[in-house]
Amino acid sequence: MSSIPPEESSFAHRHIGASDDDLMKMTKALGFDSPEELALKAVPQNIIDLAPMDLPNPATEAQALNELKTMMAQNDLAKSLMGMGYYGTHTPSVIARNILENPSWYTQYTPYQAEIAQGRLEALLNFQTMITELTALDIANASLLDEATAVSEAVTMAFHMKQKDQSNQVFVDDKLFPQSLAVLQTRAEPLGIELVLFSPKKGLPAGEKPPFAVLLQFPDLHGEYTHLDSLTPLIKTQGSQLIVAADITALTLLTPPGEWGADIVVGSTQRFGIPMGYGGPHAGYLAAKDSYLRKMPGRIVGVSKDQHGKKAYRLALATREQHIRRDKATSNICTAQVLLAIMASMYAVYHGPEGLKTIAKRIQSLTDALREHLKAHGRLESGVSFGTLAIASEASEAERTRFYQAGYHIGTPDPKTILLSLDETTTWDDVQAIAQVLTGKTLKAAPREPQIPPPWERKSAFLTHPVFHRYHSETQMMRYIKMLERRDLSLTHSMIPLGSCTMKLNAASELMPLSWPSVNQLHPFVPPEHAQGYAQMLRQLEQWLCTITGFEGVSLQPNSGAQGEYAGLLAIRRYFLDRGQPERTVCLIPTSAHGTNPASAVMAGMRVVPIRCDDKGNIDLEDLKTKAQKHQHELSTMMITYPSTHGVFEEGIVEICQIVHEFGGQVYMDGANLQAQIGLCYAGKFGPDVCHMNLHKTFCIPHGGGGPGMGPIAVKSHLIKHLPEHPVVPMGIGAQSLGSVSAAPYGSPSILPISWMYIRMMGASALKKATVSAIVAANYIAHRLTPAYNVVYRGQSNLVAHECIIDLKPIKKASGIDEADIAKRLMDYGFHAPTVSWPVSHSMMIEPTESESLEEIERFCEAMLAIAQEVEKVSSGVWPREQNPIKNAPHTQQMVTQESWDYPYSRQEAAFPLPWVEENKFWPFVGRIDQAGGDRHLICTCPPMDSY
Amino acid sequence: MSYPESFSYTKDHEWVNFEDSSEAIIGITDYALEQLGDVVFLELPEVGSEFAAGDSFGTVESTKTVSDLYMPITGKVTAINSKIADNLEKLADDPYDAGWLIKISFNEKDGELLSSNEYEEFIKTQE
Repeated sequence: MSSIPPEESSFAHRHIGASDDDLMKMTKALGFDSPEELALKAVPQNIIDLAPMDLPNPATEAQALNELKTMMAQNDLAKSLMGMGYYGTHTPSVIARNILENPSWYTQYTPYQAEIAQGRLEALLNFQTMITELTALDIANASLLDEATAVSEAVTMAFHMKQKDQSNQVFVDDKLFPQSLAVLQTRAEPLGIELVLFSPKKGLPAGEKPPFAVLLQFPDLHGEYTHLDSLTPLIKTQGSQLIVAADITALTLLTPPGEWGADIVVGSTQRFGIPMGYGGPHAGYLAAKDSYLRKMPGRIVGVSKDQHGKKAYRLALATREQHIRRDKATSNICTAQVLLAIMASMYAVYHGPEGLKTIAKRIQSLTDALREHLKAHGRLESGVSFGTLAIASEASEAERTRFYQAGYHIGTPDPKTILLSLDETTTWDDVQAIAQVLTGKTLKAAPREPQIPPPWERKSAFLTHPVFHRYHSETQMMRYIKMLERRDLSLTHSMIPLGSCTMKLNAASELMPLSWPSVNQLHPFVPPEHAQGYAQMLRQLEQWLCTITGFEGVSLQPNSGAQGEYAGLLAIRRYFLDRGQPERTVCLIPTSAHGTNPASAVMAGMRVVPIRCDDKGNIDLEDLKTKAQKHQHELSTMMITYPSTHGVFEEGIVEICQIVHEFGGQVYMDGANLQAQIGLCYAGKFGPDVCHMNLHKTFCIPHGGGGPGMGPIAVKSHLIKHLPEHPVVPMGIGAQSLGSVSAAPYGSPSILPISWMYIRMMGASALKKATVSAIVAANYIAHRLTPAYNVVYRGQSNLVAHECIIDLKPIKKASGIDEADIAKRLMDYGFHAPTVSWPVSHSMMIEPTESESLEEIERFCEAMLAIAQEVEKVSSGVWPREQNPIKNAPHTQQMVTQESWDYPYSRQEAAFPLPWVEENKFWPFVGRIDQAGGDRHLICTCPPMDSY
Repeated sequence: MSYPESFSYTKDHEWVNFEDSSEAIIGITDYALEQLGDVVFLELPEVGSEFAAGDSFGTVESTKTVSDLYMPITGKVTAINSKIADNLEKLADDPYDAGWLIKISFNEKDGELLSSNEYEEFIKTQE
């Protein structure tokens, strides 16, 4: 038997980019004898804990896929008629294959380096155009996390625009989706917003002052909308802002809310080709009138020009966002749902307005036919609805069972109602089967043209831009997707060394389950007995994440790191409220913290007190002690990122936690840098009470060009009873829960198999090795760049953690070249820049991760060192300060092939500055983009064709 | 960078040009504009608004950051420079004349004001 070669056994050596020999080479260059010895020197001795993590032995890729497939096969794929915001849809295969399953689309970062992100920026601009035109409003952002959070963002935004004579109340449609109501209740309470539920069919409630806003579901939970006829004029008369949560497919047939007075319209784009995925990820949307522009949450793509006058896209109005406004921001949103927004926009590009309308009409005529039949058999009154039929039922449970036996999951929003929601996937046979279950008879008449009451029939055109008309054949569509794809630099081209973002490998085996029907076809509200596969996978993942972090409980509900912060802080808030200490609302946050921290604290009803940092980026312990003492009766929480945002394991971490606990506070650890801890120390054991994990950083969920992400929180046992709950699917937390933070019970469950696969294939020892390798690689880069750059913020033993910061102020002083210039010049070498000017201005933060080979790391270092030599030529006067390859970067193909060449450097120096660049040249699609021009004259929908 | 001698300044980088004993013009300094980078948006108060010394009367946004504008002294807004708000490219070219932001009426110079020399000394300590 010994002659049979061994089974492919280790995924670890596929995931960890450097070979053992190369790891040793880097280690030796740094003067250490083993990688682990080096890594352990970077971590404070009093938190190191090398007890092996209790995880299953690593599986091979094939074994893990088999195991998960068997598990997920327990999910019951009866067809969903459950509605409530989640619908069956056909993902066009051309989109599934070329975007969803394509690493060139899912491995990029948020498009901050716009010159090498023109592809997804165009797709997102298409998304914004699609949303503004479907809703008939002026502006839209480039996605929110889901419909329920979009509702909350809209209400919060309206609250910031409240007039003096209006109350703190928002009137809420009692037929709002229950998950939207729950997320809104959780969000509104700490901010002092009062929700008043009302029935729109009965008119507006009376009150002393008008509410600042009225929130409607359109069509509502029961699919109805004609009752809004008489209501909306009343809302406008009393001056309240009108917020509408609208079904994206219905907007193609029905008069859009922007035409009947809505100020803000929100919703989900799930039914535009995004699988239900047991709840997500999907892209939420938010559109508004122009007057809300500077209060809009989330990223907005705008149109500008590059240095040659060519049209170019980039993210606009960054100053609205939490990383600038911090505790004055109106929202903490950072990660959005870029990949899903792109897919939804491509669905609209592929079908065009007529195609979308046909889909909606089909749904409408099937709904109408079924209504007629049910009316004839006494199960429904006459009425009008889009897509959904709500049927009174004295035996909803029994009917649910009968439907299940016939192969359908139906909605039961209350014990006396059943919901049947038809969608793009519903067939005539389905309608017959439904009729059979409810009446024992099938339909006789064939469906007719849909009938929409005249004032509600949409008359206005939408998606008129040529982009929604040009790509309706698969060949055209495939080429359009590929054309945009080639404009973006992703991990398929080169390393993306973004500090604090952990752009590691997103392995194909980890991503494969996302395409399985057993993973992506489930409605989030199916009864737990029909989602056994998910239940088992989720329990295992929760348990593994507890093991890895040393905590006792995990909630998988938060959809992003920022949402994890918000959820964690709400859990702490709830903890103090339950202890009778409502006065504990002060949140201590170091000045070096990510902007989401103060923004999340304000959303959780807390008051931010900043804590100073010393010259090395460490928390000033004296300042902490003083402020903790000063606020000892109101101290709620200290938020701390560990290792710090400066990429250093602070020595004082244990003492910091002790000080906060001593004064009665709780410690929240921002897990953005958890990457550097796994297998070496356990946050749950050295002090913090709660932390979030960015599964899209540390646990391999791809960044998707700016989302999806997942930010589960892990807590100590005393906070478990305060973790998130869900209004439709009870999660066993109970009455002391903080409420809900996401629309779906488990956030975005269909991407959780990615993290499950990663942990399952790595096992305890390879997970630790990944951490060690990442620390070695970061220190090696620091070492290689030291001759040319000033590496700042080192910890003990002169080591950094998993990332390093270089200070570019001396370069700026000597040459006039700044960090943005160097970022753009890296593009000419084929690299995405490291994180620029964060957390320290005029710096770059470099994080190689464990997935890059030594060869790639060397290439990056060579590029950085070559740029340093170019800088030298500028400071010594060989090249003029304003006319050199760094200031003119990036160089496009048109620029270096133009007739005349009037620059003091050669074309080769411009585009092929090192020999290996020729092997794998990436051409930036546009030159340097004018940021200010675009922000001053904001355009955030597709510009007319003559500008193309 | 220049700081007209006849103007007064604040540590928040506003300048005040006292036209007479009850009227003044307010803007932001060269130094502030250099720190901000390209200004892309100004949020100015409505005419008739009243502010105490040190209150925020608006915001100035660049591509990189956003800053509050602070009242140098207590006063009531009598005019805003709507022309400059539509031509922000010009703000950095002429911050002390065409680039004024608001005019106010006031009773007393109650804020902490610096002379141009004192202001220049102050910003040296900021670098």
